[in-house]
Amino acid sequence: MTHTSRRPLTSGKAQVVDYTLALRKKPRIGERAIQAFLFLCGAVSILITVGIAFELGKESWLFFRDPQVNLLEFLTSTTWQPAIGNFGVLPLITATLMTTFFAMLIALPLGLGAAIYLSEYASPRARAVLKPVLEILAGIPTVVYGYFALTFMTPLLRGIFGSETVQIYNTLSAGLVMGIMILPMVSSMSEDALSAVPRSLREAAYGLGATRLETALKIITPAALSGIIAAFIVAVSRAVGETMIVAVAAGSGPNFTFNPFQSAETMTGYIARISGGDAAYDTPDYNSIFAIGLLLFLITLGLNILSRWLVARYREVYE
Amino acid sequence: MSTEPIQNAAWSDPRLSITRRHRVGRWWQGFFFASTLFAILALAALLFSVADKTMGLVVIENKVAPSALSSRPLEGLSKEELISILEANLSRNRYRTINREETVDRRSRDEIYDLVIGEVVRPKVLMSYPLSQSLLRRAELEAEKAERWPEASLEFYTWLKPHFITSPMSASPELAGIRTALLGSLALIAISILFAFPIGIGAAIYLEEYADRKSWLNRIVQLNIDNLAGVPSIVYGILGLAIFVRALGNLTSGAAIGYAGDNGRTILSAGLTIGLLVLPLLIINAREAIRTVPNSLRQASYGLGATQWQTIWYHVLPAALPGILTGTILAVSRAIGETAPLIVVGAATYITSDPTGPFSKFTALPIQIYNWTTQPQEAYRNIAAAAIIVLLIALLSLNSIAILLRNRFSQRA
Repeated sequence: MTHTSRRPLTSGKAQVVDYTLALRKKPRIGERAIQAFLFLCGAVSILITVGIAFELGKESWLFFRDPQVNLLEFLTSTTWQPAIGNFGVLPLITATLMTTFFAMLIALPLGLGAAIYLSEYASPRARAVLKPVLEILAGIPTVVYGYFALTFMTPLLRGIFGSETVQIYNTLSAGLVMGIMILPMVSSMSEDALSAVPRSLREAAYGLGATRLETALKIITPAALSGIIAAFIVAVSRAVGETMIVAVAAGSGPNFTFNPFQSAETMTGYIARISGGDAAYDTPDYNSIFAIGLLLFLITLGLNILSRWLVARYREVYE
Repeated sequence: MSTEPIQNAAWSDPRLSITRRHRVGRWWQGFFFASTLFAILALAALLFSVADKTMGLVVIENKVAPSALSSRPLEGLSKEELISILEANLSRNRYRTINREETVDRRSRDEIYDLVIGEVVRPKVLMSYPLSQSLLRRAELEAEKAERWPEASLEFYTWLKPHFITSPMSASPELAGIRTALLGSLALIAISILFAFPIGIGAAIYLEEYADRKSWLNRIVQLNIDNLAGVPSIVYGILGLAIFVRALGNLTSGAAIGYAGDNGRTILSAGLTIGLLVLPLLIINAREAIRTVPNSLRQASYGLGATQWQTIWYHVLPAALPGILTGTILAVSRAIGETAPLIVVGAATYITSDPTGPFSKFTALPIQIYNWTTQPQEAYRNIAAAAIIVLLIALLSLNSIAILLRNRFSQRA
C-alpha cells in the first residue's frame, strides 16, 4: 500500500514534491491498540487450554499426594470404592470402553454407509430431504438421547433378551443410543471427504467398466480414506467424552464387568454423579473427579490430535 | 493414483458375469440405503417415544372430587366463586397463610384456580399410560383400572399444557412447571453470549485479518482452537467448577460487592462456563463468515485510503454479519441443550423461585429434564417428555432462524 515513487510527478524542477514524506506510514496508536486487543481475544483460547491443564493437573496432584492413593494402584486396581480407600480406575475405564464399543458398532458402519449413499447414490432431491434430517438428529441435546435410552432402548432390549438378563441400567442401551447420536457426525464428516474426491476419478472408473459399487468402494472410499478415518477417530473421542446418556441410562456405581446387560459407571458418569452430589471440597473422593477429568482430557485430546495428524499426513491432494 | 488394475475380489472379479456384479451392487446399495433409513427411523422413534408420553390416559385420584365443590365444572367458575370454595374448604390457618403471602383479592383468577386445584382438590396421578396405549388398548386399561384402583377415575390428561410452561417448579408432577427452568436457561444463555460473543468475534477478526498464517504463535492458537472444540463438555464443567465456583467464588457469589451469596454455584458461574464452552464454536463459525467476504472489498477500501481497522469495521464486518449471526445462533442452540457442565458447576436440583439476578442459584431446562428422567415414578417421565418437547421446539425455531438467515445471505452474495 505504501509503495511510493521517488520520481516527481511533474518534470519541472521547481515543483518537485517529495511524496515519500507525504505517504510515510503514520504511527496510528488507535489501530495498534485495537490489534493488541484482538490478539488478546485470540489468546483467551490459549488461556482456556492452559487453565484446563493447570487446574486438572493441580487438583489431580492433590489427589495423588493423598497417602491412600498411589498412581500404580490407580491405573491397575479393579475396585473403585473411595469410601474404603480403593482407587482403581479400571472399572470406570472398562465401562467407558464398553459404551464406546457399542456406540462405534452402530455409528461407524452405518455412518459410513449413509455417507456413501448420500454422496454416491442419492439423487439431489433425496439429498435435500435426507441431509436436514441427519442435521436434526445431530442437533438434539444429549440429555434427550438419555431419555430415549432409558424409556425406549432399555425396554426394547429387555423385551428382546428378557428382563431377568437385562438390568434397568445397562451399558448396551447407553452405547447403542450413543451410536445413534454419533452416526450423523460420522456420516457428515465422511461425506465431506467422499465428495472432495474429484469427479474425474469416478468417470475414469466408469470408463474402465467398473460398476457403481466398485467405483464407490474401490476407488472413491480409498481416495477419501484419511478423511473417513479422521471422522472415525473424532467419533471415538465424542463417545468417550459423552456424559448425559451414560449418566441417565448406564447406571451409577462403578462395576468391573464385561457384561453389556449389567449396569456400570463410566468416567464421565462418575464425574457427573460425584460433582452433582454433596461431596465436600478437598476430600479424596472429590479430588478424584479432577484426576479422572485429566485422564479424560488427555484421551480425547490425544485422539483429536491423532485425527488431525492423519488428515494432514495421508491426505490425497488432487490439484 | 496407482496404475495397477482394479484388484480382484469375490464381488468385483471381472471374470464374473456382469449381471452378478450388478446384483452384488444392488445388495450393497440396499445396505447403504438401509444405513440412511436407520438414522431416519431412529429419529422417528425418538420423537415418537417423547411425544407418546406428553398426553394419555391417567388414573387420577382427587382428595376432594370437583363435583362435590361445585355443580358446574371448576374451569368455568368466576374468581369470587373460586375464592369462596377456597375459604370453605381450607382450614383457617392455611387460608390465613395464603392470604398473608398475598391477599386473595389481589391474586389473579388463574392463581386462585391453581390454589383450588393444589390445595383443595389435590389430584394425584396413580398411573399414567402413554398415548399409543391409551388409544389402542382403552378397554384393557379401563379393566385394569377398575380392578386395581376402583376409587380413582380414568381421565385423558395432557401433560404439555400452558399451565406447565407458566407455573414454577413443584414437588408433585401434577403441578410442576418449567417457568423457573426456562428463565434459568434464558439467563444462562444471555450471560454466556454476552461473555463469549465479543471475545469470539475479536479472536476471529484477529486470526483472519491480522495474523500471519505462518508465524508459530498463530499456528498454535489455530491448532488450539480446533482442539478445544473437541474437548468433552464435562471437562469444561470441571474447569468452571475450579475457576468460577471455587477460585473466583467471591466474585461469582456476589460477596465481593456485598451480595449475600453463600457460594459460587450461581447463574453467573454457569453462564461463564457455558461461554467458555461455546467460544471455540463461535470463533470457528465467525472465521468462516469473515473468510467469505471477497478480497476485492478490502482492496477497494484500502485503495480509497482507509486504514486496516476502518476497512474491517466499515466493510468486512457488515458483509460478514449475517454469517456471524448464523454461527452465533448455532452456538446458542448448542448452549441451550448442554447439561453435563451445569451439573458439575452445581445446578440446584430443586428450587421454586425464579432467578432474580446473576448471583441467584439456578436450574435450567436440560437439568430439569435430567432430574425428572431419573425419577422412578412414571408421572415424572411424562413431565420430562413435555419439557423435552419445549426444548426441541426452542431448538427447532432457533435453527429455522439460522437457516432463514443463511438463505437470505446466500441469495444476496
